[in-house]
Order: sequence, then structure tokens, then C-alpha cells
Amino acid sequence: MFRNTYDSDNTVFSPQGRLHQVEYALEAVKQGSAAVGLRSKTHSILLALKRSTGELASYQQKMFRIDDHVGIAIAGLTSDARVLSNFMRQQAMSSKMIFNRPVPVNRLVSAIADKAQVNTQEYGRRPYGVGFLVIGQDQSGPHLYEFSPSGNSYEYYAMSIGARSQSAKTYLEKHYKSFDDCSLEDLVRHGLHALRETLQQDKELNVNNTSIGIIGPAGASETGVPPSGPFRILEGDKIEVFLQSMVPKEPEAPAAAPAAPAAAAAPAADEDVQMEG
Amino acid sequence: MQHSPSVHGQPQQRQFNPYSDNGGTILAIAGANFSVIAGDTRQSEGYNIQTRYAPKVFRLTDKAVLATNGFAADGNMFVKKVRQRLEWYRHAHAKDMPLRAIARLIQTMLYARRFFPYYVYNILGGIEEDGSGAVYSFDPVGSYEREACRAAGAASSLVQPFLDNQIYFRNQTPAPGTSHPAHLPLAHVLSLVIDSFTSATERHIEVGDGLEMYVVLAKGTTALQVQDLTAIAGVTELTTTDDGERLFVVRRNLKRD
Amino acid sequence: MDHHPTNWGRPRNDTVDPYGTYPIHQRPTNVPKDAFAAGIQHTQQPIVTGTSVLGIKFKDGIMMAADNLASYGSLARFRDIQRLHPVGEHTVLGAGGDMSDFQYIQGILDELMIDEFAAGDGHTLGPAEVHNYLSELMYARRSKMNPLWNSLLVGGFKDGKRFLAYVDLLGTTYSASTLATGYGSHIAQPLLRRAVEGREDTLTEDEARKILEQSMQVLFYRDARSLDQYQIATITAKGVNISESRKLETSWSFAEGIRGYGAQTQ
Repeated sequence: MFRNTYDSDNTVFSPQGRLHQVEYALEAVKQGSAAVGLRSKTHSILLALKRSTGELASYQQKMFRIDDHVGIAIAGLTSDARVLSNFMRQQAMSSKMIFNRPVPVNRLVSAIADKAQVNTQEYGRRPYGVGFLVIGQDQSGPHLYEFSPSGNSYEYYAMSIGARSQSAKTYLEKHYKSFDDCSLEDLVRHGLHALRETLQQDKELNVNNTSIGIIGPAGASETGVPPSGPFRILEGDKIEVFLQSMVPKEPEAPAAAPAAPAAAAAPAADEDVQMEG
Repeated sequence: MQHSPSVHGQPQQRQFNPYSDNGGTILAIAGANFSVIAGDTRQSEGYNIQTRYAPKVFRLTDKAVLATNGFAADGNMFVKKVRQRLEWYRHAHAKDMPLRAIARLIQTMLYARRFFPYYVYNILGGIEEDGSGAVYSFDPVGSYEREACRAAGAASSLVQPFLDNQIYFRNQTPAPGTSHPAHLPLAHVLSLVIDSFTSATERHIEVGDGLEMYVVLAKGTTALQVQDLTAIAGVTELTTTDDGERLFVVRRNLKRD
Repeated sequence: MDHHPTNWGRPRNDTVDPYGTYPIHQRPTNVPKDAFAAGIQHTQQPIVTGTSVLGIKFKDGIMMAADNLASYGSLARFRDIQRLHPVGEHTVLGAGGDMSDFQYIQGILDELMIDEFAAGDGHTLGPAEVHNYLSELMYARRSKMNPLWNSLLVGGFKDGKRFLAYVDLLGTTYSASTLATGYGSHIAQPLLRRAVEGREDTLTEDEARKILEQSMQVLFYRDARSLDQYQIATITAKGVNISESRKLETSWSFAEGIRGYGAQTQ
């Protein structure tokens, strides 16, 4: 599919001042299933929708542990994510070895953003095809960052990336002011509600297709969590209790139909892309 | 090494000695479903006490504890490198490395430095995957074996014969019609460890100041065993999870002279 | 000064200088020679050296002391050398041993602190991080058989916590409420322990200074490579303060009464 004269080499600007390869990389992120991140005064959490290629296949891994105090959720090419998360683990390890200090979360995010930027500028490279939500805690409390292949990174109260993430964003924008004082349970429920917005018609969140990543003290239903509240990924039966806490969605009113174009705008092709997460 | 012409016009060599000996003693004993790993906390060089509190026993995972003895700088660096490898194992497998695998890892890491060794005697204690208590002992270049008990370090020549007699019942004949037990109960093992260190403190100048004794209890340990442990002065529980092995540390004073 | 039983009665081994206080002059050797050895040169002995550094904990932080002398063997070569170096807002590094290696370390740390400041995100390196960094550096260099020939004390105060620790050319580290390097570990450390141990949380700044002054005085009486000019560093919640050079008050009149010092009358 030929789109543009200026899209074959990422080091060349289009006459409009755009780097098409970089923009296509951002599209790769949008092809991946959604991930949502939220933050309260005490916790940072991630929620992600896992895909499987079919009944016989396992679900794609959407979350990675970087260190006790850092974890990520990804949208886009899983293989690129593995390379970048490995780099983050090395950075975290080297900070521990050299200074005996957990790496500050913002520096970790800046480090991968700088790596991504190089790929938007140097000849013969391609941008990463993956975006991250990064949660972490340090002396200044819990954090949530977004990293994107353009080399940008921002800190957020709440954020979502991936397919139909705009719907989740709309939910988060409506409720984010209340997140600060939320309990972990309430925060996860908000997260699930937001993630639910990214689902296709007649699909539901269940114990197989949902991952929850948490940093902060243990919740009421959690067992075996050290008091420091290190990053942990909840999957399978452990998230049943959180799924149960969701408020059932109101049956689609006819008025919802005009809102659908937002969701429909994303290509319906997200079932057949194999490499993404 | 410096090499400069001497008065005779020939090159000569003066060796920088990269090693030191920082004294102290470590000891570990395995029970049927527990393991005790202990060390004193004095760090010395020659006749100088550098500090009265420098840990030689380190928790690696919820069920593995490593004691190091010899050249302290090598020991600390070695523990750091082992922990680094365990962290990468966690990244790859999302679980802690099993004890027997840690033992083999330690052997390869030590042997990798066969020609510039870590000047350290290691003793690894903990719980195996089958729930049994275990002790692995190593020499500085990685030769290792699983044992029921081992002492190493400055006072090992005082403590090991005592353990041979009290744990392995060497030179003891059982009463007619009875046999020696294969494993001793926790309370008995704890008192043997404490006695070993108070005795070593009396007779060896490089041992003393403090005793740090880690106790790992396998899953499903009886309340009675836990009672034996908590009855001891200076015990703190370090367990952070409520569904696995339980880990305790006992800190006590030894004589400071 | 080698008290180890295995060395009793043996001639002093002049190829080893455990306190690093004087250059060892070249002398013939019958150690086997490495055919490739002439190709590489590493620091094998300290040349211009500083003597003891002292450090103690007190109620509000850490106090350290070191004199201003850099010796060239037994020659008192430089009498205005500062051996206490501030590292950022919370830390002081004190050094004995080779002064050129110390200055090299200062350069590395200054650069490190500038990089950290340049990140501009509010995260700073405290004494614990600086000490860990130095122990990695010293251990890495000893492992290359090319040591930085120093005994270092790192003292500091950050986030309400006191920190005092040691690291040397072998990468050996330890921490205690009183520390002393070199000659000080023999002569001053027992005095410091008696004065400080158990009183770390009640000693005032004035009392701490008094203790260090007295220890420096004893060292000046006993250590031939020491000087009566010295500085004191204080690190508290208020930050780092390194005093101007000050002079010890000493009295030598008693020496006349010591047998073996003056002219013998009997």
C-alpha cells in the first residue's frame, strides 16, 4: 500500500514537516490491545487486555516486571517490548550494583525515550513499534508514565494506550479527580471500567484476557505481598474478585449508537495482527 | 606490579597482594524440615577489630540463605553477583531459583574465577523443593557437596570436630538396641549452634561480638517447632509472605574481648 | 609494627608497608620474573602519602578529622594539603594513603556529582550511594591488580540518617560508630571507642569535637608522619562544614622525663 513519497526513510522530513515512519510507528501502538494506567496517593496500577490468536493459543504477555519498584504494560510489537524491557532491567540492575539505589523511575523512562529518539533520526534504523505505560514508586511516591516510539514521555494521573484507548481515556478524564484518595480496590474497579470501554462489541473482561499490575501495599484480597508493596502481576483466578466488583454496564441505550464511531474509527483489523500484544 | 630497572639494571617485581583475611566463623546445620545458617559478626584484620557488626550471612530468597567467610571484600562482591543472577532468573521464570540450582550456580561462578579466586568459603543453607532442610558447602574454587552440617572460617578447626561428634555421632556408640537419629530436632540444633559460637569466641581471637543465626522452616512446619524457635531470646521473623517457607533471624551478643 | 605471631622473630619485610607511609626503595629480588611483566606498569607503592583519618558519629551527625600533611617517605613534603573533601551537599570523603590517587578519586566524584545535578530531577546521591560507588571502584581496581592506594572514610548525613563507613585499596568495607584509618586504627580507634560507643545519640557537637581534638593530639605525639595542623569536617542536617586549618596545642616538656628521650643521667 503506497501512501506517501516521504515515508520510506525515517530521517527525511515530508514537506509538511512530518516524519511519516514515526507516525506509522505510533499506528503500530494503536494496533495493539489496550493498556490502562492509574495512580492514587498510595498505588500505581496497570490493567491490560490480553489477546490470543485463537482457542488453541495462549494469551500474549502484556506486562513485564522491571524491578521491585517498576513495571510496565505494553501495546504494539511484543518483540520490541522485550528488547526495551531488557534494557530497562539492565539499567535498574546497574543502579542497584553501582549505587545500591533503586533507579529513579523518571530516569528509566527518559533512558528509553532517548533510545527511541535515536531511531527517529539515524539513517538505516526504524522506530520501535511499541508504546509503554510505566508505573513505579520512589522517594516521591507512586508514578505513572507513558512512553511512545516518537521518543516522547510524559507523566500522568491516568492514561491509556492501544486499540480504542480513546474510549478508556474518555472514562479516565471523567473520573480522574477522584483517583487520588481511592483505595486499591476502587482504583482497580475504575481501571477495569476504563479497560472495558476498549472492548469490541459483545466481548467481556474475564480471568483469561485481563492482566492487572500493582505497585503499593497489598489489597484486601491479596496474599503473600511484602509490606514494601513491590510490583506484582495478577492474572487468572486472582483477578476474579476484582472482576466481580465491577458495576455491570447499562444496556446500550440507542443514544450510544452515535458514540460508536469513535470505536469504529479504529480499524476492525485487530484480530488478525499476529505480532502485536 | 611495578617493573623498573633496579640498581643491577634488571627488571624486578613487587607483588601487590590483592587478598586479606577478615577472620570470623560460619556454620550451618540441616534438619529434616529446617535449616540453620549462622555466623559471628566481627570483622578483623590481624589484631585489629575493624567493626563489631559486619554481616556474613545473607538471605538470598525466601528459602535460601548464604554464609560467606574469608576475604570480606570478595565475599560481599560474590553475594552481590549471586543476587544479580537470581534477579535475572526471576525475570526469566517469574519465581525464585530452587536451592539445588543456586548451589550449582555458585559452583560455576566460583570456578569461573579458578585462576583469580574469590578467597571465600561459602555455605548455602535452606529448603529444597521436596521440603527437606539442606546445607551445601563450597571451597573457594567451587568444589561442593550437600551435607548435614558444616563449619568454615577461622574457628572451623574448633567447631567442626564438635559437630562431627554431636551431629554425626562420631566416636559415640549407641546404647545396645538403639541407633543414632539421622536428624536432630530444631531446639537441639539451635543450642548446638549457640554453644559452638560461645566456645569459639572463648578460644579464638577472631570470633566474637555478635551472633547472627538464620532459621528457615519448610512449609507446614508444626506450631511446636515454631515455639521452640520463638522461645529463644533475640528472635525476629523475616517472613514477608504468608503462604511459603518461614524465615527467622536470631541476633545475640557474643563476648567482645 | 607487625604483631602477627607468624611474623614474630622474623626480620621486618621491607617489601611490604602495611601503613603505606613511606616509599619503599628498590632492592634486588630473587622472586621469579614474568617474561611479559616489563610491558605494563601499575601503581605498586604510594609515593606522596597522607596518614590517619578519624570519623565518629554524634547526636546530630558525623564528625571527621585529618591533618594537613602529605609526606614523601619520611620527608614532610607538603604541609597544606586538604584531606577532607566535600562530595555534594551531604557527604565528606576523607583519605589516607597516596595523595595523587586521592586527587584522581576527587576528580571522578566531582564529575559524578555534576552529572547527577545535571539530571535536574531532585534525586541526589547521599553518603551511602557515594560509599557504594567508591567500594565498586576500589574493588574493580584491586581486581585489575592496579589499586588506588588509599584508605577512605565516607561520612555523611541525609534524610535524617547518619552514615559513616570505610573502604580501602582492597575494596574491603565496613561501618561502625567510630572509624580510623592507618596509624589511627591502632592509636586513636581505642580512644574513640571508649569515648563514643553507647553515646552516639547523646554526644553534642562540642563534645565530639573535643574527642577528635584529643585523638589528633595523641596521634601527633605518636605518629612520626603526622602534623599539628588539621581540619575537622562536620556533616549534619544543615549540610557540610569543613573547618579552616587549625593547630593542635601540644606540650613537650614532659619528654625530658622519659628514659631514652633526652640525655641519660644514670
